[in-house]
Amino acid sequence: MGNIDLTTLNQPVNQKKLSLICFSGDFDKLVATFTLATGAAAVGYEVNIFFTFWGLDAIKTKQGRSFVGKGFLGKLFGFFMGGLKSAPVSRLNFLGLSPKIFRYLMRSKNVATLEELVEAAKALEVNMYACEMAMHILGLEKSDFIHEVKGVLGVTTFLELSEGGRTLFICSNCQSDFSTG
Amino acid sequence: MSTYQLDITKEHCPMTFVKTKIQLSKLQPGDLLEVFLTEGEPLNNVPRSSKEQGYNVLEVSHVEGNIHKVLIQK
Repeated sequence: MGNIDLTTLNQPVNQKKLSLICFSGDFDKLVATFTLATGAAAVGYEVNIFFTFWGLDAIKTKQGRSFVGKGFLGKLFGFFMGGLKSAPVSRLNFLGLSPKIFRYLMRSKNVATLEELVEAAKALEVNMYACEMAMHILGLEKSDFIHEVKGVLGVTTFLELSEGGRTLFICSNCQSDFSTG
Repeated sequence: MSTYQLDITKEHCPMTFVKTKIQLSKLQPGDLLEVFLTEGEPLNNVPRSSKEQGYNVLEVSHVEGNIHKVLIQK
């Protein structure tokens, strides 16, 4: 049999694990991401979220519009991309009015708001990671993100983390949208 | 051993069990948690998920209308 690592063999084969690749910074898709993440974490899943490109907006320390990033273009993109509180909805954004309406509707109907879901994800110790490559393009550093972000990863490390579980890709709209409000 | 209460009658997915799980995680072993919830998904899900997570579901009882109480021991 050779050198078989018994500690690896004794690990549960069907350990429940959900890994989400959050490519979107849209309000509705972030709600979906954090709903899945918190629901899965609550019932015992190990949950990893890998934030990349627009998804990085969700984990910035500065949640509104801010010139976060290095260099002129980085700062400009940082401003227009914004953060959690300035996330647009993916359809019918109406210059940023729709997210405010959604937040009102969610509060009035006792549905967890995006901010509450993020706080729950932190409390449930969901593992949050930032994409090294996207950070490099946008001139972002780990210090620009909330401290719950466990690390900065590349794709190979993410693949290792997600090995043996389910992986979902939460994508962004492929539209030219300057109406982020 | 202490008894705590949690009202999730106004909560919706996923916060029904999320709030239950967060509250349970704060308790000491042996503590009791009375969870007030409504019929449907919360009543189906909270006792089942609590058992799956290794907690003892001691009692599920009807309170009034569509509200039920689930007694969970950590």
